[in-house]
Amino acid sequence: MSNDTVLETGTRPRRLPDRLTGRGQRALRSWELLLLAVGIAIFIANSMASPYFLSAWNLSDATFNFTEKAMIAFAMALLIISGEIDLSVAGIIALSSTAMGFALQYGAGTPVLVLVGLGTGLACGALNGTLVTRMGLPSIVVTIGTMSLFRGISYIVLGDQAFSGYPAGFAVFGQGYVWWVITVELAIFAALALVFGVLLHATNFGRQVYVIGNNPTAAAFSGVRVARVKMILFLLTGLMAGLAAICLTSRLGSTRPSIAQGWELEVVTMVVLGGVSILGGAGSILGVVLAALVMGMVTFGLGLLNVPGIVMSIFIGALLIGVIAIPRLIALARRRAA
Amino acid sequence: MLHHGPMTAPPPEAGADAAPVLELRGITKTFPGVRALGDVELALHPGQVTALIGENGAGKSTLVKILTGIYQPDAGEIRLDGAPTRFPTALSATRAGVTAIHQETVLFDELTMAENVFLGHAPRSRLGLIDWPRMRREAAAILERIGARLDPDTPLRDLGIASKHLVAIARALSVEARVVVMDEPTAALSQAEIEELYELVDRLKAEGKAILFISHKFDEIFRIADRYTVFRDGEMVDAGLIADVTEAQLVEKMVGRAVDTIFPKRRAEIGAPVLTVAGYCHPTEFEDIRFTLRRGEILGFYGLVGAGRSEFMQALFGVTRPSKGAIRIDDEVAVIRSPAEAVAKGIVYVPEDRGRQGAITALPIFQNVTLPSLSRTSRRGFLRLAEEFALARQYTERLDLRAASLDQPVGNLSGGNQQKVVIAKWLATAPKVIILDEPTKGIDVGSKAAVHEFMSELAAQGLSVIMVSSEIPEILGMSDRVIVMREGRIAAEFEREGLTPEDLVRAAAGYGETA
Amino acid sequence: MTRLLKSRELLLSAAILALILLVESRFRGFAAPGNLTAVFNDTSVLIILALGQMAVILTKCIDLSVAANLALTGMVVATLNAAMPGLPVGLLILVAIGLGLVLGAFNGLLVWLLDIPPIVVTLGTLTIYRGLVFTVSGGEWINSFEMSAGFTALPRATLLGLPVLSWVAIAAIALAWLLIRLTPLGRAFYAVGGNPHAAVYTGIDVGRTRFMAFVLSGGLAGLCGYLWVSRYAVAYTDVALGFELDVVAACVIGGISIAGGIGSVGGAVLGALFLGVIKNALPVAGISPFWQLAISGAAIILAVAFNARAERRAGRVILKRKEASA
Repeated sequence: MSNDTVLETGTRPRRLPDRLTGRGQRALRSWELLLLAVGIAIFIANSMASPYFLSAWNLSDATFNFTEKAMIAFAMALLIISGEIDLSVAGIIALSSTAMGFALQYGAGTPVLVLVGLGTGLACGALNGTLVTRMGLPSIVVTIGTMSLFRGISYIVLGDQAFSGYPAGFAVFGQGYVWWVITVELAIFAALALVFGVLLHATNFGRQVYVIGNNPTAAAFSGVRVARVKMILFLLTGLMAGLAAICLTSRLGSTRPSIAQGWELEVVTMVVLGGVSILGGAGSILGVVLAALVMGMVTFGLGLLNVPGIVMSIFIGALLIGVIAIPRLIALARRRAA
Repeated sequence: MLHHGPMTAPPPEAGADAAPVLELRGITKTFPGVRALGDVELALHPGQVTALIGENGAGKSTLVKILTGIYQPDAGEIRLDGAPTRFPTALSATRAGVTAIHQETVLFDELTMAENVFLGHAPRSRLGLIDWPRMRREAAAILERIGARLDPDTPLRDLGIASKHLVAIARALSVEARVVVMDEPTAALSQAEIEELYELVDRLKAEGKAILFISHKFDEIFRIADRYTVFRDGEMVDAGLIADVTEAQLVEKMVGRAVDTIFPKRRAEIGAPVLTVAGYCHPTEFEDIRFTLRRGEILGFYGLVGAGRSEFMQALFGVTRPSKGAIRIDDEVAVIRSPAEAVAKGIVYVPEDRGRQGAITALPIFQNVTLPSLSRTSRRGFLRLAEEFALARQYTERLDLRAASLDQPVGNLSGGNQQKVVIAKWLATAPKVIILDEPTKGIDVGSKAAVHEFMSELAAQGLSVIMVSSEIPEILGMSDRVIVMREGRIAAEFEREGLTPEDLVRAAAGYGETA
Repeated sequence: MTRLLKSRELLLSAAILALILLVESRFRGFAAPGNLTAVFNDTSVLIILALGQMAVILTKCIDLSVAANLALTGMVVATLNAAMPGLPVGLLILVAIGLGLVLGAFNGLLVWLLDIPPIVVTLGTLTIYRGLVFTVSGGEWINSFEMSAGFTALPRATLLGLPVLSWVAIAAIALAWLLIRLTPLGRAFYAVGGNPHAAVYTGIDVGRTRFMAFVLSGGLAGLCGYLWVSRYAVAYTDVALGFELDVVAACVIGGISIAGGIGSVGGAVLGALFLGVIKNALPVAGISPFWQLAISGAAIILAVAFNARAERRAGRVILKRKEASA
């Protein structure tokens, strides 16, 4: 049966336009533009506040503030858009790093270390994904549990010891340069931004991620395999945490069980600051990229002013709440006035 | 019912002529895309039962929500004892003595029965603390009074739908009320429980309460009501004394139009069996559902709310799994374990709960339409927007969708146009069987006709249609064959010829059968 | 009878008892009354925080800022004490509770008036409050010799054989039970989390109820701020770092559903005690304390899997005879 012939009603229907507003018009009102403006303002403020800011090498060093976290943030953005969350990512880093250190004791070379790091991340993601999608548990609690479990295993293995003595070749990930001031990590960050941007915005898979985040029931009722998509997202997040573990371990040159402590909050902050709705269903990779740059610059700029890291966290926390609260406050004030 | 003094109960004989306790005048309520109530009138008299009659979507539930302070009317006034008043919150309506048994149980699964009855107005000790022993005693007394011999300490989640309904009734009776609204209170009750409820209604009448009784069952309307008010498409069409009308007259007023002129099911060639369902069972929701659906046929499923029709359809669509039973599609055994498998095998489902299960309201029209067809519009997993727009346009224009553009969020459309988007989504997958669950619920009259028009078209082109509907004219007008479900089982099966509204009503409610 | 057997509190009590007996069978003295009261005392702060967290989780929210709140209030009262040793301890305790209430109210207002998801709000305030600890202290430690004797002595003073710290926990349990069980606010916590839509029908203000839960959680965290720094006689920026996860873990293990509306005071207390017993049993059993984190992580996962099985909802139950047997 040719489906095209099903509904010939005879009357001539009206033609529906594809879009009314152009994409450019919409972009002008976007969150990303606001972030860009904030980023530029901070850049200018930083360069006025400190003479050391506008140095290519200093800026290059500053990228380490966000590259590793942003790798995870890309995958986390997809996961949060789909309506789930993974708070165990820092725990995965600890476990992956520990696994690599363990492999090192048995003489593993760089390729094996990389495989162990990524494989551990993938395995952790698989455990999270199985608990959430197969057993139907809420991801926020499951991953609070696995966060303690993963890091806890690191503590069991290492106690107050540390693994060190990684091979020279392994240093390339966290300490290497691709060209001039461009670090290997920055190159990985840029490549991943592109890959995740395409995955989320230009593929069927990305479309399904948005659909699930907007309405998981209607998605399932439309034939979307919700559990499978979510499983893949947990695996991706685990994999990215494994990759971040490789970079971080390579940069630090050692593994301690306290590695990357508290990163899960910074990664989530980065994602939310990037305009991804914590309730799921909306957000973009461009937003996350800009949020990573903004957070990196704030941290770096305050660092140049000798502001301690813990005080910077006040700024990051205020940023997280402020960017969500201010538009809502304005809306609330308008409603009160009306 | 707890503290009523001697003064609140006028002698029942006074009821017939007493001034109304509560009056609605010119009430209008509009939602985006649909006018739920237009300029309606209603008067409730002390010591009398007023039956509110109307099809689904006639505006009855909206009226209940206005009466109980959940919705605010756009225009019109509420008069209490002749004086204009307002119910800005649920609490203010309760304080004014208006209490309701809602159709959807608005209760708390994790709390006990006693607490569900008294939440928000629990008895307090002298220190202002909740007096649990008294709450239990009084809850038990109220439950006993409506014939529910249930332990007030049972958590609500351990109860079935019928017992939950009794708790909702008990809750409405736990406050000192002058007006009691009952929205289909017997829908989920057994015959014995219904008898106890009738006795209760009689007692409430004797105490001088004004009762608004919403029901689809005409036998019970004639059993307990004194007056009637009929709503149709959000307007009040008639009101009067029950003693002055017959059942047939009420049905006619409710339906309001000659059935087969409005619902134009075309004569379609009915062909070979497409779908055969044999002995589908579910542990708690339905049992032994069997039928055969043929090419070009529209099979109607009629029943009261909660008869298990949607539950069965969702099992057929793979949302839930049946515990027993088998299906054949085009004479081949098929196993459906998920909606994705159902779609792949040519069975699609347009759900009743459009906002939650059907449309993804925040996303644009074209993305809704292409969702199950993405593998066709994309290349190697990459989206091709031009193909998506083309496919979306093809089907939405044929359904005469009214929208500003294909990029508009579905949530901005009217109910009827949202429904068209959901149907377009499925037609784009070239299905064999389309299941439509209450396809015109909450849709304006114009869109209804359009939906019926293309249902006919689909059948004429050889598609098989299953239509779940609680609207008698829709069932009578559209179906080639009708299956009536009651309490999770098939109660009757009718051919189109010679089928009357009374047949359907009787089979669905389970009375008038000697067997 | 079956309801009693299905009771989460009973199962958890049995698990704790079994754990104690297991340790006792290998290492005599663990189950001695003196040791058990020491374990209870050591778990007191976790119990108090779990009670506040429970109220928040009941309303379908979460408060991740409790440990930072504790650190900030602890640092503030320790600083006040070091600067003005003459201030009465009672006043300092009131300051701690008051400051905790304010910090909790800030969370609650953002959730109530601006409708920001609680996890975002408290992730944000967690970093802000923790950063403020550093700002208040300038990164310095306040050690026992800088604190007044009365300030550090109070939680350790014994009353009827139990330290005051334990008595505070017992009082908190009793008051929480009273609030949750016998006041309209306590019942509103359940209604708001269990079915927010229906709560509106019963005239309950969902936003205000959530606000009150955050205020309660904040106040208790403030109280714990004093208890913590005085008990350990030290205040520094990283006090109770990550402790919010132990608190959430105690609640989840205690059967408080993260989906809201399910849980009991007994459950929260037992969940905290379960973690407390494990923590205290590890050194006795000669297991490295480094095992503790992994064990509590595994316990959370098992508990939430167990909760989910118990919470699985039935359908409408249309077939009548099935209901009778259900």
